[in-house]
Amino acid sequence: MNRQLTQDGRLRHLLTLDGLPRAIITQILDTAESFMDVGEREVKKVPLLRGKSIFNLFFEPSTRTRTTFEIAAKRLSADVVNLNIATSSQTKGEAILDTVDNLSAMHADMFIVRHSQSGAAHFIAQHVAPHISVVNAGDGRHAHPTQGLLDMFTIRRFKGEFHNLTVAIVGDVLHSRVARSQIHALTTLGVPEVRVIGPKTLLPTGVEQMGVKVFHDMEAGLRGCDVVIMLRLQNERMKGARLPSAQEYFKFFGLTPEKLALAKPDAIVMHPGPMNRGVEIASEVADGPQSVILPQVTYGIAVRMAVMAMLAGTGNA
Amino acid sequence: MKIHIKNGRVIDPMSERDEVADIFIAAGKIVAIGQGPADFHANRTIDASGLIVCPGLVDLSVRLREPGFEYKATLESEMLAAAAGGITSLACPPDTDPPLDEPGLVEMLKFRAKNLPGPRVYPIGAMTQKLEGQMLTEMAELTEAGCRAFTQADAPLTDTLVLLRAMEYAATFGFSLWLRPQDVSLSRGGVAHDGAVATRLGLQGIPALAETVALSTILQLARETGARIHLARLSTRDGIAMVRAAKAQGLAVTCDVACTHVHLSENDLISFDSHLHLVPPLRSLRDRDAIREALRDGSIDALCSDHTPVDEDVKQVPFGESAPGASGVELLLPLTLKWAREMGVPLMRALDLISWKPSQILGVPGGNLSVGGYADLCIFDESAEWVVTSKTLTSQGDNTPFLDHPMQGRVRYTVIDGHIDFEAPR
Repeated sequence: MNRQLTQDGRLRHLLTLDGLPRAIITQILDTAESFMDVGEREVKKVPLLRGKSIFNLFFEPSTRTRTTFEIAAKRLSADVVNLNIATSSQTKGEAILDTVDNLSAMHADMFIVRHSQSGAAHFIAQHVAPHISVVNAGDGRHAHPTQGLLDMFTIRRFKGEFHNLTVAIVGDVLHSRVARSQIHALTTLGVPEVRVIGPKTLLPTGVEQMGVKVFHDMEAGLRGCDVVIMLRLQNERMKGARLPSAQEYFKFFGLTPEKLALAKPDAIVMHPGPMNRGVEIASEVADGPQSVILPQVTYGIAVRMAVMAMLAGTGNA
Repeated sequence: MKIHIKNGRVIDPMSERDEVADIFIAAGKIVAIGQGPADFHANRTIDASGLIVCPGLVDLSVRLREPGFEYKATLESEMLAAAAGGITSLACPPDTDPPLDEPGLVEMLKFRAKNLPGPRVYPIGAMTQKLEGQMLTEMAELTEAGCRAFTQADAPLTDTLVLLRAMEYAATFGFSLWLRPQDVSLSRGGVAHDGAVATRLGLQGIPALAETVALSTILQLARETGARIHLARLSTRDGIAMVRAAKAQGLAVTCDVACTHVHLSENDLISFDSHLHLVPPLRSLRDRDAIREALRDGSIDALCSDHTPVDEDVKQVPFGESAPGASGVELLLPLTLKWAREMGVPLMRALDLISWKPSQILGVPGGNLSVGGYADLCIFDESAEWVVTSKTLTSQGDNTPFLDHPMQGRVRYTVIDGHIDFEAPR
């Protein structure tokens, strides 16, 4: 698991938040804080990664995550190459390792990887040349560490501390790499109570062994929460053997103003996006005063800048 | 060829012999154990001082990859690998391309194998045509061609009525069916044991229920039809308990496990190493420990390698996309010995699980050392230490989760049909 750390304990790759030391997570959040003003400057650039080549290797389609990584890299003055492999060489049957080797030969410094298979980023990290860093931008159901980090950044900004919080993660935890990364980060940062809420068909076996409390009744689960994180329900999962319909899901597990009222009055509402309004979240909540969903997106850029800067060895500058 | 094996510690689980003795071999048979015939002039004398001489191992599942998958491994390479592992008889499953569902294919395989050095090859025929799970194969014709039993291997069988008919038909002739219990629907899309580790890693799970639900069906049909059933590759504690209970009720079933599952569990998956992608999946520590105990108390009848050599290209991909299976013929003995050492099980009992017992399940001669019987022997050094690498393995498949692991116990000679088919380089 420590493939992502160097022997002296610095960040080498960012593959998962599972087992990532608290000090490193905190360092990433602090570094991100220092990048927060870059986006507000007239010239939105710092020269930390000048001359570095960053390849966005997306084996699975994505617009939002890829775009925020691209913006983050450009604000650090890196050269960015976007490769949507989902629509090119993979369909031609090129093996993933051949793709990686080819790009390495183009003197890449960093790969931002998204893939539909859990463990894909680990796999690539295992095979890249020693000077290349790998950032996992989402692998199957396994991990989405930068999303998890930006969520922690958001919580810290709005709540200040972690040690006194109750956080609920609601919805399709089973298929969610975001939820897994959030759970690891929250428990590592010392959140005393992390809850997952959802129907039995959308919670994975043994999830309580990740240090969370399981609720199937959303009202009970939301009671007294400081942070409510809603997960996206994929379209293809709204009807089938796991759920009968989006309507019934919304009725029992969608976040409405009435249900949110059960949480603490100053509770914040988060969502990794893109949202399905009227499925997992009501528009009144998504656009309401407790929602911090748009700030999450803004912070995502600073957090990704921090990760890339630290991987390039310039994060402590 | 006359061979004199001197001063070895002879262990034969069938006769419970365990003593230092000489063995004399002529014309493919053991002619004497202890005192040799007066006129015996050996062409070859093997000094087995400090070594163990036991029956050649009998492996219930070795994929030889012919016909159809020669790029993964060839009959020649895998038979040599099996001999290097001390194996003198093996059963090969029918999941070749095309599957072993016609007598001609079985005869061809037997003919090819007979002309190569290495173990005796006993094909297991396909239970259904093309392994599609719909139409029965000509089991009687296939038996005449040399099939010892019938199986779906890892191919799905969704139709319970076909399973019932297969059992009825097999029972008509007294044929044996080898079934790996795994419910098709409950395991669909899964690549790892459905538990805390798969949840953590985001791998799609195969619940233990997939095994027990299928087992329940098989055991009920077996009771009803009286078919001879061998349950292949059990993996769960609950499944083992069901088989133990069925045996206690007098149902004549036997079962085996793969040697990988005696040592590894879901916890080993944490590295996403695709060499740990196995069928059935590596399960929880609790399941693994139940396997270890059931081997000791005799609830599990045999250990096999479930040898599945694959091309490295299909392992050099993310876990969920990788081809399942591990190469294992050369690890069957050391992994069995490791289990025995760790559990304090006598060598005699351990060797029983990989020689005499499986020969009984397969219903073939061998698996024992008796005067007049096959001269199929394995001579090994119980304490020799070695490291598993692509260089120390003979198999064309280097795909083993034990790569770079140290092993204790190494085969020195394998004698098959009175010939020295393998001799370890000194």
